[in-house]
Amino acid sequence: METLQAIAEALRPFWGLWLMGLFLAIVAWALWPKRKAEMEQHARIPLRDDDGEM
Amino acid sequence: MTDQASASSSAYNEGVIRLLVIATMFWGVAAFLVGVLIALQLAYPVLNLDLEWFSFGRVRPLHTSGAIFGFGGNALIATSFYVVQRTGRTTLFGGETLAGFVFVGYQLFLVMAGVGYLLGITQGREYAEPEWYVDLWLTLVWVVYLLVFLGTVMKRKEPHIYVANWFFLSFIVTVAMLHIVNGLSLPVSWTGTKSYSLFSGVQDALTQWWYGHNAVGFFLTAGFLGIMYYFIPKQAERPVYSYRLSIIHFWSIIFLYIWAGPHHLFYTSLPDWAQTLGMTFSVMLWMPSWGGMINGIMTLSGAWDKLRTDPVLRFLVVSVAFYGMSTFEGPLMSVKPVNALSHWTDWTVGHSHSGALGWVAFVSFGAVYFLVPKLWRRARLYSERLVSVHFWIATIGIVLYITAMWVSGILQGLMWRAYDSLGFLQYAFIETVEAMHPFYVIRALGGVLFLIGSLVMVYNLIRTARGDVREEAGAPAVAPGMNPAE
Repeated sequence: METLQAIAEALRPFWGLWLMGLFLAIVAWALWPKRKAEMEQHARIPLRDDDGEM
Repeated sequence: MTDQASASSSAYNEGVIRLLVIATMFWGVAAFLVGVLIALQLAYPVLNLDLEWFSFGRVRPLHTSGAIFGFGGNALIATSFYVVQRTGRTTLFGGETLAGFVFVGYQLFLVMAGVGYLLGITQGREYAEPEWYVDLWLTLVWVVYLLVFLGTVMKRKEPHIYVANWFFLSFIVTVAMLHIVNGLSLPVSWTGTKSYSLFSGVQDALTQWWYGHNAVGFFLTAGFLGIMYYFIPKQAERPVYSYRLSIIHFWSIIFLYIWAGPHHLFYTSLPDWAQTLGMTFSVMLWMPSWGGMINGIMTLSGAWDKLRTDPVLRFLVVSVAFYGMSTFEGPLMSVKPVNALSHWTDWTVGHSHSGALGWVAFVSFGAVYFLVPKLWRRARLYSERLVSVHFWIATIGIVLYITAMWVSGILQGLMWRAYDSLGFLQYAFIETVEAMHPFYVIRALGGVLFLIGSLVMVYNLIRTARGDVREEAGAPAVAPGMNPAE
């Protein structure tokens, strides 16, 4: 527990970097070529929502 | 005309959304009317009527709350309830009962707040004027709203949560957080209206603008981006330009917006590093704002002709153009030397209205024009021609408003900082007020046009709801599968 606390305290000052890393990971995830077709399907969700298709 | 068509009801919960749409238009017209009144009060102070209840200081928060929370808030709750059901292919969590409580509770909040302002009951916090008892009530209503929205997301049948819902959810969660922290206060007594904030000094100022700017960021931006990401694809009948860009748009706004508040406190006792931090994050906001604008406008790529033929789509797309324009202006004004000129002047007022009228109101008008025929089961709007009339009257109104405020604001800023050869201030304050008078008159005229446009809209919507259809050349054919109102 104390080791974990020490690690957390050592990492805390670099929160800006962690957030930046997290953000870049999200961007990479979104732009990953393999996901293109899936993303295009998601974009069509509002166009498939007419009555009776619940 | 008969109500035969309305018999085929939807499987979705739409009764409460119809009420919310009516409330949107009611508060919209009321807020625009009060806006015209206070614009005229600035041009002609006699209109304060020497009565404290009608004085500018009391009526202005009635206008801002009416526009932001009355008009904007009802539009957001209505569209979020509609979108989350449609894109989740499920009904509202808690059904019409819980959603109905949100509707009634929210209107009660608005009435309590507005009556308080006129009676002089205020916390004096920008965009958070209601006193503690109203704040507590709103907290309850908002938590139920979150419960309904989140519950609906969780019981969705569509595996993926469509991006518009991310924006709506971030709006609901962030506004809850902002409202609770900014509203922390100690009532003087449990039976009195007066309370004192838990914060003081510069911490209080920063808390207020942390709230104030993120109200702009998450209430007036993220929420309405949710509207953009659903209603533009629907009205254009094509998917959003880039779904991947919409994800990056969302997360960059989430990561950046929350830091921008200190740009309201330049050259104050706020530590310099915090001011610079606020400026830096505000300038960085250029990227997500323009990314989002490109995403919205490029959705029409390959179908630009629809802008010419579909006035509802024109409202939606022009709103995104105004979003781009005012989010270009905002970061510019948050650069410290520019702010030194613009702060406290009418330039700020013009900026907030290019966002409020051009972006927030136009995207809401577009969504409401889309929703009313759907919710009242009509084949189409009563008149597309009147939508076009509304569009042009309102657009001219906005242009008059913001150009008058640019000229007035820069003039005012320059006059305040002008020195004569001996180092004295060149102008007395009253001289700047006199110089601004013609622009105040032009601004009020712009407001009158915007108000007239909204009345044209209300007329059009009432006729639509009644099932009337105006004979018009070039009117679109009735869409297949819809029951024409006969």
